[in-house]
Amino acid sequence: MAASTTRTTPQTRRSVKDLRVGESGTICCLQDPEMALKLLEMGCIPGTRIRMNSRAPLGCPVTLVLGDDDYTLSVRVSEAATILLKD
Amino acid sequence: MARAESNFDSTVAPAAPSRPVGQDEAQLRSRKSLTRIALIGNPNSGKSSLFNQLTGLNQKVGNFPGVTVDRKTGTSQLTPQHRAEIIDLPGTYSLYPKSLDEKVITDLLYDKESAQYPDFVVVTVDASNLRRSLLLFTQLADLGLPTVLALNMTDVAEQHGVHIDIAQLQYELGVPIIPMNARKGIGIAALKIVIAQQLGAPTVDFYSPAEELLPMIRQIRYYFNLHNDYLALHYAHQFRQISFLSADDRQYIQELTQQYGFEPTPQQAQETIARYARINDILLNTVSVTRTERQEPYSNRLDRVLTHKVWGYLIFFGILFLMFQAVFAWASYPMDLIDQGVAWINGLIQTNFSGPLIDLLTEGVLAGLGGVLIFIPQIALLFAFIAVLEETGYMARVTFMMDRIMRKFGLNGKSIVPLISGVACAVPAIMSARTIENWKDRMITIFVTPLMSCSARIPVYTVLIAFVVPAEPVLGIFNLQGFALMGLYLLGFVTAIVSALLLKLILKTKERSYFIMEFPVYRWPRWKNVGLTIMEKVKAFVFQAGKVIVAISVILWVLASYGPGNALEQVEAKTRVAAVRQQLSPEETNLRVAAGRLENSYAGVFGRTLEPAIRPLGFDWKIGIALITSFAAREVFVGTISTIYSVGQDADMRTVQQKLAAEKDENGQPFFTPARAFSLLVFYVFAMQCMSTLAVVYRETKGWRWPLAQLLYMTALAYGSSLLVYQVFK
Repeated sequence: MAASTTRTTPQTRRSVKDLRVGESGTICCLQDPEMALKLLEMGCIPGTRIRMNSRAPLGCPVTLVLGDDDYTLSVRVSEAATILLKD
Repeated sequence: MARAESNFDSTVAPAAPSRPVGQDEAQLRSRKSLTRIALIGNPNSGKSSLFNQLTGLNQKVGNFPGVTVDRKTGTSQLTPQHRAEIIDLPGTYSLYPKSLDEKVITDLLYDKESAQYPDFVVVTVDASNLRRSLLLFTQLADLGLPTVLALNMTDVAEQHGVHIDIAQLQYELGVPIIPMNARKGIGIAALKIVIAQQLGAPTVDFYSPAEELLPMIRQIRYYFNLHNDYLALHYAHQFRQISFLSADDRQYIQELTQQYGFEPTPQQAQETIARYARINDILLNTVSVTRTERQEPYSNRLDRVLTHKVWGYLIFFGILFLMFQAVFAWASYPMDLIDQGVAWINGLIQTNFSGPLIDLLTEGVLAGLGGVLIFIPQIALLFAFIAVLEETGYMARVTFMMDRIMRKFGLNGKSIVPLISGVACAVPAIMSARTIENWKDRMITIFVTPLMSCSARIPVYTVLIAFVVPAEPVLGIFNLQGFALMGLYLLGFVTAIVSALLLKLILKTKERSYFIMEFPVYRWPRWKNVGLTIMEKVKAFVFQAGKVIVAISVILWVLASYGPGNALEQVEAKTRVAAVRQQLSPEETNLRVAAGRLENSYAGVFGRTLEPAIRPLGFDWKIGIALITSFAAREVFVGTISTIYSVGQDADMRTVQQKLAAEKDENGQPFFTPARAFSLLVFYVFAMQCMSTLAVVYRETKGWRWPLAQLLYMTALAYGSSLLVYQVFK
């Protein structure tokens, strides 16, 4: 199995959840194998740039802009937390 | 648009190199009367627009065998000699189904023996989002189906500075590519010409399963006589869900996967990553992006208001309120016209002809038909709103704003769509719950959706509200009865939410709830799509629910006009004798005769049996009859009441409201007091008075457990609430 969906990644690593609105990062890996399948299909491929675009009025869900495609994805904060970022 | 097209290297590129069509395949096609084309693509890729452009009004809605997903098909005249049947498949991101909706696709594409197996697949691909859209395309191409790529939204791509080398992309992908703008109809003619030709399977493979999987894959492939390895790999992944496989077939594959230690999840992740890597290589050669200093996208700026913590919710509730006003107040004008039209035709027939068959026609069939047609304005208006909300992308914002709240009650942000659709009709709404991937969220949504006040309750509400709330204008254009109606809707909504919360605590599951979805940019609605949605819903109602309503109306007329043995004749004779003794006027005599006949008819027998149980709610046997018959569909209540009363009432009183107002209790006082009307209103807010809903829940949940639980729960809720209301307000 590719290192992209391993569970052993330390929890201290920053995830998409930690991005401030407007801040970008690069996807390192996806923490949750089951959810990873869905996220991968939707374009959350390791190495892709990802930007925190907005938060819902109540703080969750959030919208994320992927890569240069200007493609916007809406995920819950708990789901964003499984998308880990490169340092 | 000229600029957009000039931005591409070729508008209609020549057909890509493809394998010659085998002789047997050509023969097969010539034997068929129609070319069968499957339309597939990501959600929001313009698939529905393309389907509407190709088929126009030649659309049919049916069912896929085994499941209840709507099967939208249509015919298209490709060339003067060549017609095609086009099937619109549910939107999906990959061939690995994440929901029941998507499962339909694999069932259709994996069974070559099926009569439904398509000759062609047209994949709609969003040019402004090529990377993600091509994932599905490469999977389809690897299945070996003849494929045409409809490159949609070329105008959006151009705005983003995305420049696509179509000729090169066509070479790399090995299938014909048609650039188009389905919303404006650009490229449709070219697409028709290409799909009218006989194309072979795609020539390029995009993904090859790992070497170590090949022994297992080959065994599956030869056992099932499949045409390629990739399809065999999908059998290994999905054998539990493929509906056409027998239990033995599944057993065979399961043993193989265990024997070879096949792990579906990592395998699927690895495949997706490999495909994206390949797609990136292809895009490197074919797409160049000229980054212009762009302003912040207009969607983002709009979202700052439309998803604002104050304005966002205010606007959303404003829209909901507008929907109620439209359905309640604005729809009344065309409805009055339909009402008067039916009454006029009935009057015309009754003045010129008479006899039992004419009674059946006017009081049974035409009365029932009128009860069906009267809904068209409301259904059309409501679905106009829902279609526009979906078309513009606003529905996704509603989900976005509501998720946090809905989740607290065990629902899902996506549940808001079935719940809002449930305001129109629980049947399509429950079917739309299929997009919720999580089992628990989905079951809870299905369970509580019928508590949302559907359009079938509107006639009941409309008729009864008049007894409780005066029709006073508020702020000029609104109306106090409209506010009362909104109150009933809120009662249903709040009960649905509270019931969901209860279920959240009762139901246990390990499955987690996903939210992940695409957030579409705002778009101007395509009015053609809105119009077609309205047509589709109205047709479904008239031809599906309508049949039940007319049939029940006829049965009712028979039940109310005939009784056991010669009971009716006896009662009539007895009443007339009594009338002569009391020296009653002929009108009064006829009234009593009619009332007596009804009391002794089959319908009266039914209602009387029920009366002791419903008397504490303030209901009499006539309402009892209406409760029984309106189990078929709530709106039948009004038809039943009008049939029952028209049998025994003055012939000039045409509208149901007048009939009810004229009804007296045993003391000669008006029967429909506010307490009775309120009690009945509350009963209809909660009661599961709809066999179509129960049937659809049975099909969606694959068993009687859920629909029966729903029936028991909602009936108990209705009985308890009505009892409380009547005893308090009496």
